[in-house]
Amino acid sequence: MRTVQAVAWKEIQIYFSSPTAYIVGLIFLALTGFFFTQDLGNPFPEATLVPFFDGAIIMFILLAPALTMRLLAEESKLGTIELLLTSPVRDWEIIIGKYVASLTFFLALVILSFFYAALLFVFADPDPGPIYAGYLGFILYGAAALSVGLLTSTMSSNQIVSAVVAMGILLAMFFADRAFGSVSGLAGEIIGEMGVRGHFDDFSRGVIDTTNIVYFLSVVVFFLFLSIRTLESRRWR
Amino acid sequence: MQPDMIQAEGLTHYYGPYPAIQDVSFGVRKGEILGFLGPNGAGKTTTMRIITGFMPPTHGKVTLDGYDVVEQSLEARRRVGYLPETVPLYTDMSVNSYLKYMGTLRGMSPKAIKARLGEVIDVCRLGDYRKTQIGKLSKGFRQRVGIAQAIIHEPQVLVLDEPTIGIDPIQVVETRRLIKELGKDQTVVLSTHILPEVSMLCDRVLIINEGKIVAEDTPKNLAAGLQGVDRLEVEVGGPAAEVLPVLKAIRGVNEVAHTNNDGRHTYTIQAESGQDLRDAISQAVISNGWSLRGLQMVGMSLEEIFLRLTTHEEL
Ligand SMILES: Nc1ncnc2c1ncn2[C@@H]1O[C@H](COP(=O)(O)OP(=O)(O)O)[C@@H](O)[C@H]1O
Ligand SMILES: [Mg+2]
Repeated sequence: MRTVQAVAWKEIQIYFSSPTAYIVGLIFLALTGFFFTQDLGNPFPEATLVPFFDGAIIMFILLAPALTMRLLAEESKLGTIELLLTSPVRDWEIIIGKYVASLTFFLALVILSFFYAALLFVFADPDPGPIYAGYLGFILYGAAALSVGLLTSTMSSNQIVSAVVAMGILLAMFFADRAFGSVSGLAGEIIGEMGVRGHFDDFSRGVIDTTNIVYFLSVVVFFLFLSIRTLESRRWR
Repeated sequence: MQPDMIQAEGLTHYYGPYPAIQDVSFGVRKGEILGFLGPNGAGKTTTMRIITGFMPPTHGKVTLDGYDVVEQSLEARRRVGYLPETVPLYTDMSVNSYLKYMGTLRGMSPKAIKARLGEVIDVCRLGDYRKTQIGKLSKGFRQRVGIAQAIIHEPQVLVLDEPTIGIDPIQVVETRRLIKELGKDQTVVLSTHILPEVSMLCDRVLIINEGKIVAEDTPKNLAAGLQGVDRLEVEVGGPAAEVLPVLKAIRGVNEVAHTNNDGRHTYTIQAESGQDLRDAISQAVISNGWSLRGLQMVGMSLEEIFLRLTTHEEL
């Protein structure tokens, strides 16, 4: 446990002192702010955060990989992975530590974005249900996206490659239901179920459905598991 | 007899179709400094990565203090301190926080780290650089930080892959001093392609070439006995044309080579194994009325042994 903590703490310190993370944070807050005000500028503004969440999700296809690409790729590049893997540390402790760090930084961004929600509450009379649910959905989506990025960072020593591959996976997951909606039968249904959209839209409509929560948590577990296995397999190469 | 601290049996490792090392077996006794000597690409790094548990061998088995590095990997890894050839460091961390971090990864409690940190910094002479960012240190100092992280948890086995490569001569001296010191109470395995380094540091040396161990001995024995030839250097004041045949005629002399350095005639004599020819030589020189200006036994240099061993020459 101490190891997980140490790994996480070191990465968190790097997040809060690295320009990349700040740029990502800035882009995130600026663009979500833009989506947010766009909606308020409508002649008949709905007091909701739906466009904000939609924008945030799409942006996170690009931003999550930027946050995670460094995590293990950098260790491979610097060679510090050799010290990490020869220390009496279990592979899952490394992966979980790194993951917790990225999640912490992500949650800090989410907390900053509460500002928009607060504005909404001050100047309008929104239905709080969809906002709470939307935030829950967004946090779950972010957690899933970060786990995808962590996997690709484990696979390559090149940060850019890692980020691009993660974006590809996230895009595929985002469009899965649309792209394969026409595929009929069980296969089409299964692929459709793997799509992010269907599971996220419920949240922003204010519906908290356990299946959707289970979906995102399964994605996280699946990609963390793959990351651990990938790290293990590095030894065998 | 105590069991070996490291026991490697039949290590073979394939990166692709070709073996990087083949059937490498050796043991390292507790407290011993073992040197791996071999040219680039010989398989030193591969061997070190296997004994430190970084990667499992394709075939073979290593135990460390009795623990199998693959099967009981965590137990084995607890006992190792490792300095990889590339000296990997987190360049944006300070020396202090880096060492603390590495201590934690090695399973030390914050209290234990606090107690040990000062010691390590003293031993590695890093006192003035505790707060310095590692990226700003010179190569030599980084090397010391690398050694510091390898010893912070007081491992039973210290593995150093080419610990003096790429640093300036003064730092090399300092690093060797440090290794010598650490070797007093730790088991050390180091690799190098610098021949004098093994004779300076190691109790025993394994010569590895093209993935195979080609010789094993103490540096001294390698330099003297192993090749079955004893050598003498004689400086004689006298006409070389006459001296040469006289020296060659001495019983037990196999070969004589003559060099002339500005009128200083030196003869290098290869004697048959185990014979001390100094008396016979000095008598022969003096009885011919020449002057004997110098006479000494010289072992073969490690360079020569190395060349012989690795170029498949008959000894
Ligand atoms: N990661 C790797 N992938 C493929 N071949 C490798 C790898 N590492 C080393 N080799 C090859 O294995 C052989 C032994 O290398 P190495 O153990 O690094 O030797 P040394 O440390 O003695 O220079 C070399 O021929 C080298 O090219
Ligand atoms: Mg090497």
